[in-house]
Amino acid sequence: MASMLLTSLRSSPLTSVQAAQFAARSLGTSVHLQAQAKSKKTLAKPGVKNIVLVDGVRTPFLQSGTIYADLMPHDLARAALQGLLNRTGLPKDAVDYIVYGTVIQEVKTSNVAREAALGAGFSDKTPAHTVTMACISSNQAMTTAVGLIAAGQCDAVVAGGVEFMSDVPIRHSRRMRKTMLSLNKAKTLGARLSLLGSIRLAHLAPELPAVAEFSTAETMGHSADRLAAAFGVSRLEQDEFALRSHTLAKKAQDSGLLSDVISFKVPGKDIVSKDNGIRPSTMEQMAKLKPAFIKPHGTVTAANSSFLTDGASAVLIMSEEKALAMGYKPKAYLRDFVYVSQDPKDQLLLGPTYATPKVLEKSGLTLNDIDVFEFHEAFAGQIMANLKAMESDWFAQTYMGRKTKVGAPPMEKFNSWGGSLSLGHPFAATGCRLVTTVAHRLQKEGGQYGLVAACAAGGQGHAMVIEAYPQ
Amino acid sequence: GGSLLCLSLSAARTHVSYEVKDNVAVVRINDPTSKVNTLSRHMQAEMVEVMNEIWGNAAVKSAVLISRKPGCFIAGADINMIQACKTAEEVTSLSQEGQKIFDQVEKSPIPIVAAINGSCLGGGLEFAIACQYRIATKSKKTILGTPEVMLGLLPGAGGTQRLPKMVGLPAAFDMMLTGKNIRPDKAKKMGLVHQLVDPLGPGLKSPEERTIEYLEEVAVDFAKGLAGRKVTVEKKKGLVQKIQDFVMGLPPVRKQIYKTVHSKVMKQSKGLYPAPLKIIECIQTGIEKGNAAGYLTESQNFGKLAMTSESRALIGLYHGQVTCKKNHFGKPERDVKKLAVLGAGLMGAGIAQVTIDKGVATILKDTTEEGLARGHQQVYKGLNDKTKKKSLTTFERDGIMSLLSGQLDYRDFENADMVIEAVFEDLSIKHKVVKEVEAVIPPHCIFATNTSALPIKDIAAASKRPEKVIGMHYFSPVDKMQLLEIITTNKTSKDTTASAVAVGLKQGKVIIVVGDGPGFYTTRCLAPMLAEAVRALQEGVGPKKLDSLTTGFGFPVGAATLADEVGIDVAAHVAEDLGKAFGTRFGGGNVEVLKMMVQKGFKGRKSGKGCYVYGAKSKEKKVNSGAEDILKSFKLTAPPAVSADEDIQYRLVSRFVNEAVLCLQEGILPDPVQGDIGAVFGLGFPPCLGGPFRFVDSHGADKLVQKMKRFEEAYGNQFTPCQLLLDHAKDSSKRFHK
Repeated sequence: MASMLLTSLRSSPLTSVQAAQFAARSLGTSVHLQAQAKSKKTLAKPGVKNIVLVDGVRTPFLQSGTIYADLMPHDLARAALQGLLNRTGLPKDAVDYIVYGTVIQEVKTSNVAREAALGAGFSDKTPAHTVTMACISSNQAMTTAVGLIAAGQCDAVVAGGVEFMSDVPIRHSRRMRKTMLSLNKAKTLGARLSLLGSIRLAHLAPELPAVAEFSTAETMGHSADRLAAAFGVSRLEQDEFALRSHTLAKKAQDSGLLSDVISFKVPGKDIVSKDNGIRPSTMEQMAKLKPAFIKPHGTVTAANSSFLTDGASAVLIMSEEKALAMGYKPKAYLRDFVYVSQDPKDQLLLGPTYATPKVLEKSGLTLNDIDVFEFHEAFAGQIMANLKAMESDWFAQTYMGRKTKVGAPPMEKFNSWGGSLSLGHPFAATGCRLVTTVAHRLQKEGGQYGLVAACAAGGQGHAMVIEAYPQ
Repeated sequence: GGSLLCLSLSAARTHVSYEVKDNVAVVRINDPTSKVNTLSRHMQAEMVEVMNEIWGNAAVKSAVLISRKPGCFIAGADINMIQACKTAEEVTSLSQEGQKIFDQVEKSPIPIVAAINGSCLGGGLEFAIACQYRIATKSKKTILGTPEVMLGLLPGAGGTQRLPKMVGLPAAFDMMLTGKNIRPDKAKKMGLVHQLVDPLGPGLKSPEERTIEYLEEVAVDFAKGLAGRKVTVEKKKGLVQKIQDFVMGLPPVRKQIYKTVHSKVMKQSKGLYPAPLKIIECIQTGIEKGNAAGYLTESQNFGKLAMTSESRALIGLYHGQVTCKKNHFGKPERDVKKLAVLGAGLMGAGIAQVTIDKGVATILKDTTEEGLARGHQQVYKGLNDKTKKKSLTTFERDGIMSLLSGQLDYRDFENADMVIEAVFEDLSIKHKVVKEVEAVIPPHCIFATNTSALPIKDIAAASKRPEKVIGMHYFSPVDKMQLLEIITTNKTSKDTTASAVAVGLKQGKVIIVVGDGPGFYTTRCLAPMLAEAVRALQEGVGPKKLDSLTTGFGFPVGAATLADEVGIDVAAHVAEDLGKAFGTRFGGGNVEVLKMMVQKGFKGRKSGKGCYVYGAKSKEKKVNSGAEDILKSFKLTAPPAVSADEDIQYRLVSRFVNEAVLCLQEGILPDPVQGDIGAVFGLGFPPCLGGPFRFVDSHGADKLVQKMKRFEEAYGNQFTPCQLLLDHAKDSSKRFHK
């Protein structure tokens, strides 16, 4: 009884901001009737805190093995964190918590969030933790932040993600590791010698990490090729989409739209301020490439896949009241989000198809309400397969338990500043890039709602609805 | 007029169709009357017609051969077509027709790509290897092989001639002499197929449908590539291959191989199976004397083999197996979604293993933690061995293991749909278990008992609901032995039977359903034979001699070894029980011999000693001198009139067969087919004889009765032929199998 009372007490008093929102919302609906089609209702919900994206930055995304090659993952993360502080002018002690995503872990810095935060000069009193969820790791970092704020535990959280593919942990074989560990415990010289004597040449073969599913042992590119074939996506369609991504990215880069990129003085090297994987090619050039995974008849090639990338991103997420109190002009509201998961073998990369209708329903929106789409482009074939799946009533009915298809996003609203295929895809850093890009595009294009969707290893997926902050 | 005729012909085609896409003729096969495609006369006729049209069409530059059935390319020749032949010459001419068609395919002016998804066996594989190029899907259903030897036949449409050239002599021998299935990955490595295609998941169509479409698209691309000479058929040979080819090119080496293979076959088959020897002959003739001689030998040998009793027996078993893989009791009212197994011993754990690996949640209950741990480990090891053979991934193994709940209490039994008890074979323990279980299970739950000899009605006597009680007799090791003997009492309901059969089928078993009685069918047949084996041992026939006599007759395991495998204690138990039930007919050897052995700890393989000594790593099995001493103390004098080697063999077999026929006479067995299947798959009755009933048919009941009468004079009623056998002896037109 007492606890029931307590809960009702907790939830009943509206904060002033919420009350204002609530009024604005009811006002908004009545205005809506006469206003232009573009002016839609806000997605604020009664009793739910408004959470905002104050700003987001990222290091330039570089092909792995290039200028960042000699760094460590936390160096990149540090650069993004410092960039965020510079951009926002945020006092370091105003940050309540830091969450970072990463996929391939450097074992020395397994909680890379903490190492990077300390290195970036944050107070040692600010706790930090690291999350991992494959290519949606920084999405998970952001929604963790949203959760902390929504639960009333924090007001200002920095979320981000880092991936460093120039160096990956290459291990000794299991047999060799076992021998080495036993060697530590061996007391006598004889015992040690006999252990050393048990080492065989084969034990010295190293174990390399692969971008492969643990459950199925299938590499992601292989699965993407099968997915493209299942949806009848041709090589030509894939090459065309990849070319589109590079062309749009180049245009965005040249016209200075990629304002989330910060300049980074790499120790011992020059200042880097641009992504280096954007290479618009020609269809003829791309057609010459041989399939990379399914040989010789596959359709996924190096040119229509995202490449191995180094990079880090960071965003500042706050409760609206706190942001306003600190004098910020937020860029966007972070609204409903969902995580989905499905068969990691045959539906590994279909996350966006499953997540999109779910998050739209949650927000009470339809596909037509969305002004800006940012989907993670793992492979051109994967994007095309998702678009075809979203356009198929049969797929919606047979595999998603829906009556009808959700529909595919119109291409003019879709990844119009390039995507992972061209900008690069540092696994755990991509999520923040998607969200920041949606906020920037909404501002630039004057739209109200944006949708982020991404697939991830393990057959998982994510989508989030983002609302433009009133200008 | 010609085009009209052509139209009417193509309109009449039902099994083979084709369309021309971009100068590629896509030939699709689909037998509308069956789940699988077979090379029936009808199929062959339409195929010839279609191929001639394609070859006559100048616009067609290449062709693709594909099946429209999701799980089957071509499963082989039509067995009924071969069985319908009356003479060897007829079968030979069938073979020659097949050879001729495939010869034309091999010499086709345009390249033909065989696109294989699902089973590609026997004649289907012979068709595929006559084509210029082969692409197979990596589907779990895709298997390639030449299983003819298992039907006592040989690949009779050019297979014995083409395979050695394609995969090399050793691999060709291995394929044709064992008849084993080859998975796609292996087929690619062997050079049996050129390309592999991955099966697809969900897309805009069902995975099965789209996978076939995709296979066709890929095959069409390769066909175009072959026609345009962008794809070459010959793959570059590696050094190992070159060396192997060189070595195989030396006649003395080949001669040695033929010799080795021949002696290996003789050792394994004891010369009881003619097919492997004929296969060797065909391959040898083709390689040493050239194509013409090879093809002729193949077709003639094929004709000869089709007329052998061995082939008839093996084909009979094949048909019987198909029958025993169906549920003749209708669809059960509810599916068994949760199974509980009592007792985590060898049997219980085995039953649990074959249930969870089919996706059914299973409780494995034991009374002690040690027992449970042992059983759990047995299941894990069974599955883990499959991951080592790569038929299962470690991830699939873990998923399967998650369906197993090992426990010591009756938790969750309220959700069980069926309980199979595999506790110790003791009536009072079984009664206790029935009562305990019935207190916790829901009303619809079936109680099945896994016993090898206790009558089910005696066990059911303790039950409140005997209509839900049934016997399910598994054979050890459960994950290897195919047979399940289901025993119904006169109170068992039809739905209970239907449900037990459904569970058994799901577990992958071949099922016979028999009536209740001491020893049911299988144990009851085995017991007199073992009693006779003990008598022979007492008469001074050593265990090794006894083994060689039984294996020489075609049993896969010798009688002495079998007793060790079953367990001397179990044998003693059964012999005593059944001896009480059936009296002197089950006599012969002295039960005290077995009891004494058990007393000394000679319980068979499981205790390390039985008739033989186990554990030592040496290849040669050593006879247990302790057992020999016991046998000496029970020594009997062998009557010389019935103690020749052949007499001993027939003494063993006739008691087995007579008891089987008696089971049919008494209604324990519903029909001879199930009798043959039970004897061969459960007890290792010689497959070349096709089971006790087919043996009586082919050997002649009268001859068998004559022998038995001779034995009866020496030993008494253990050899008295039963009435049904006498009836068959009197009237030679009476046969168990039509």
